[in-house]
Formats: sequence, C-alpha cells, structure tokens
Amino acid sequence: MSRLVVASIGPASSVQDGGRHGAQRYGLTVSGAMDRLSLAAANTLVGNEPFAASVEIGPFGATFTARDGAVRVAISGAPRNADVAGNPVAMDTSVTLKDGETLTLGFARGGAFTYLAIEGAIKGEMVFGSLAVNARAGLGSPYPRPLQAGDEFSVDAASGAGELRIELPKPISGPIRVVLGPQDDEFDDANKALFLGSEWKISATSDRMGYRLEGPAIKHLHGHNIVSDGTVNGSIQVPGNGSPIALMMDRGTSGGYPKIATVITADVGRLAQTSAGTAFRFRAVSMAEAQDEARKFAQLIRNLPARLRSADSVALNIEALSDANVAGYAVSAMDAGTWQVTAEP
Amino acid sequence: MAATLPPPRLLPSGDCAVTVEFSRTIDDDANQRVLALDKALAASPIDGITETVPTYRSLLVHYDPGKIGFDALGEKLLPVAIQPPPPVTKARRWRVPVAYGGEHGIDLEDVARALNTTPDDIVARHAGGDYKVAMIGFTPGWSYLSGLDKSLHMSRRQNPRLLTPAGTISIGGVQAGIQCLAAPSGWHLLGRTPVRTYQLHRDPTFLTEPGDRVTFFPIDHKTFEELDRAAEAGEIVAEQVDA
Repeated sequence: MSRLVVASIGPASSVQDGGRHGAQRYGLTVSGAMDRLSLAAANTLVGNEPFAASVEIGPFGATFTARDGAVRVAISGAPRNADVAGNPVAMDTSVTLKDGETLTLGFARGGAFTYLAIEGAIKGEMVFGSLAVNARAGLGSPYPRPLQAGDEFSVDAASGAGELRIELPKPISGPIRVVLGPQDDEFDDANKALFLGSEWKISATSDRMGYRLEGPAIKHLHGHNIVSDGTVNGSIQVPGNGSPIALMMDRGTSGGYPKIATVITADVGRLAQTSAGTAFRFRAVSMAEAQDEARKFAQLIRNLPARLRSADSVALNIEALSDANVAGYAVSAMDAGTWQVTAEP
Repeated sequence: MAATLPPPRLLPSGDCAVTVEFSRTIDDDANQRVLALDKALAASPIDGITETVPTYRSLLVHYDPGKIGFDALGEKLLPVAIQPPPPVTKARRWRVPVAYGGEHGIDLEDVARALNTTPDDIVARHAGGDYKVAMIGFTPGWSYLSGLDKSLHMSRRQNPRLLTPAGTISIGGVQAGIQCLAAPSGWHLLGRTPVRTYQLHRDPTFLTEPGDRVTFFPIDHKTFEELDRAAEAGEIVAEQVDA
C-alpha cells in the first residue's frame, strides 16, 4: 500500500462518491459529488468505477504528497493550475506521483469543485453503499468531515499504467434548464416569468446543502408555508424572503417551502460549478426534453472509457501552459468565513 | 369504494422523480393513503422505481428515466394510488422523555407569551398530545408528528435559526417534531430529548417508522443528562409500549 497525504487543503473539501441512496425515507441525506460528470471523468482516467470515492476539492488550493510508494491520480472539474515538482499537469489527465512527490493545485478558476481520483479509489467503511461525507450527520469515511491538512488515504500502489487524458464534450453553455414544479402553482404567472426572465447570482452564503440565489424577490400566491414535502437534487424552493434556494447534494430529504422548479439532472453539475457572483439564467424545458437529456447524460457517463486517449500529446501541454498564464487572475469570491449552511425544514 | 376517492395529482419533481400528492394539507386520511401506496409499491415493485419517500400528504417516487418515462410511470402508479387504504394495523407506540424549557427549550417562554398562557401550560398541552409519525425527513431521523393540539398551532419563525441542537423537540405550524441531529430550523424550540431516533452503529439504526405513535413525558434536566449518557452508549431510552 502507498499513502496519499493531504499536505494542505482549503475548506469545503471532502470525500465524495455517487451518494447514499435507499434511506431518504428515514431522512438520510444523499450527499455525493456536486458535479457527477467530473467525478466520473476523474475516476475513468485511473480505471475506477465512475462513481468511486474521490476527493472533492472546494474553491481553494490543495496539495497532496505520495508516501511509501507511487500513487496514480487524475483531476477533472473546475480548472486550476496544477503541477508536480514544477511540471504543469493539465486538467482531465492522469499523473503518477513518485514516492515523496507533491501535486499542487491552485484556486479554482471558473468553477467551484475539482475531483481528484486515486487509482484503486479511496477505501473506507461504507454506510448505505457510500463513503460520501455528510458532515452534519457525521457520515462518511475515512473521515466523516471536511478534509484537513495531515489527513491521509491508504491507497493502492500505482499500477504503472501509462498516463491518459480524457476528451470531454465541449461544456454546455446557456441557461440552466429546469422543469417547472412540483409547486409552481403556488406562484402566479408574473412571478414565474420573473423567475425565468431574471438574471441570478449564487450568494457567497451557499454550500453543499443549498445555493442561495440573489436576484428579484419571488412572491408566493398563498404564503410561504406548505406542508413538508419531498425534495430532490436541484429542487428550487422559495422561502419567505422570496430568494430562491437551489437544493444541492446535502439537501434535507424534505422541506416546507414551495418549490417553483427543479433543475434537470443533466444541469445540476453545471449549476454546482457556477461560481459565486457569476450571473446566469434559468430556462424551462418540457419533461420529454429533460428526460431525453437525462438519458443522454447517463449514456455520456457510461461511455466515458471510449473517450480516453494517451496523454502523449503536445496539445495537452499547451493547454496546461495557457492555463498557467491566467494564474491568479480570477479568484473565487467565496471566503472560508461565509461558506456555510443555509436551509431549514 | 375506490371510485369515491379523489385521484391524487402527479407533480413532476424534475426528470427523475414524481410527487404523488393526495392532499395539500395535513390530513390523516391522506397520510394513510400515502403509507398504503408506499406499502403497495414495496409489495409489488414497478420496474424503474429506485426509492420512495413518504411524507404527510404525498409520496415522492424516485425513478430512473432510462427505464421508465414520466407518462408511463404515471399510468402504472395511478391505479395503485386510487385503491382505498387497508385498515390501520397495530402501531408501535413510543414514550419519549423531554427536558422542557431553559437552555433545552429556549422558545418555551416566548411561545407561552404569544399564546397568552404559562410555560407549564404549554408543556402540559404538548406532553398531553397523542401523535403519529406522519413522515421522516429533512435530516436522518427527523420525525414529523401529526396530532399537535390546535391551541399550539403557530406560524414558523420569521428568521429561521442556522443551527438548533440535536434532540430538539419543537413545534411549527400545525406540526410537532423530534429532531435527531443538530440542524437549521424555523420551528419553536420547546425542549430536548435524549432519545436518538437515528444512531449509526445501533441496531436499529432508525428508531421510528412512519405510522408509529408517540407520546411525550417531562423529565428534569438532571435526568436528561443521565439518559443522554445512556443513549450515547447505544441504549434506546424511549419506552416502547404496545398500542
């Protein structure tokens, strides 16, 4: 066994996988990666199952050191400067850290979460089939809390496989797509139009539980209390103050505010990767379109192995260098102090 | 019989879940039908359903759109959903100890003032109630109870608290609750129980099930400390009695 030691890490970083399913009826939060496609891409690069447990790294920088042998890792998700001993490492590639070598990751640029997958995956004690950290419930393994400097993972020694890159489809841009409901009839047409027609920004007081949206106040038809009702990833509830909250992976399994719309499965990760302060819009789509996109998204993840290429490519290093040129240009607006919890039953 | 029941509404909850809504208010008949549909789906699963979440008035059905589409699922769900619920079978009953007021129930005095009465009277009304676990949700073990005395119905707090303690016993709207873990809450805190409705390495992990009955009884703060230590060690400090 080798070890991968967390030499330094910012807040809002934790072990995440595909989530904890099957006990939402008891209020057990699903958790899991905020951006499932990036988790799956990182895992695929090192030969893991797509939703194997990996490190979800928040907007701040992090460093990881290999000990007791080589460790093969891969990064995908929010772009960052990355290097091993001064040699740039591109996003969406694998890299092998020799014993004692350190992978250094800078701040996220144009996103929030980057996934570090480790060949052989993170090992720990599963609860309901998952290692995903839900700090409030004290769940997750090997550390049931956000990661700290000094934490370490016992991991498989690097297999010596050649380094790979993965060609992901060009990221979708444009509005975040939603299906209206389940309680869109708690809002009149003018307020639904206001929701769909306005620019929104994600508040700095957002976290894995929910993203608070800054924009116009959405007014309810009959007040903001509904009888508590089930939630899903991407439910957009509107509390009394009229500022919508998009419920994310650590959401409560039920909530007592009307839900005007639900982010489609294929776009939940895109919303998760929207930096605080970046303006965006919503667009309503039909159920048929949403389900079609959900099926395509699932197929994209299933077919990720077919997108692997040898990392032996000039293009790769050009990308890494051009990434490096904008170092320090765009620092996330999210401070440690305001990265906190925001929702209630 | 079945024809007299209004059909539930099928509300889209995104592309991977559908809310089968029986009522918009807290209504025991609706809750009975939710629990009956949940049981029926467990007994005769519909391919593509991945998980169900019963609430007071609706059943949230998670499904895989790769296996079944919204319309096809709705067509299979409706005939099951309009079946009249079978008669209630014998429920488990839990007697749950509560340390009311003081640091454990910081809203007790405010609630008494708002309702123009004394804290003791609020405790008597809350502990005198006979509740049903209508649903479990929000965070692990958070048991939502129906049956709150009408005189205790009051709107939730204008400004929800970002964090309330594990074991909080509170009321909000027409609902009462047992909260297991520390969590944000907009409800009024009346007291705290040492009972863990969820404890990871205990058997059972989850104490309460939707459909269980609950009553409360007051304990002093010293007894709370003793029971809390026992609960921490894995004891179930709620008393179970047959209904």
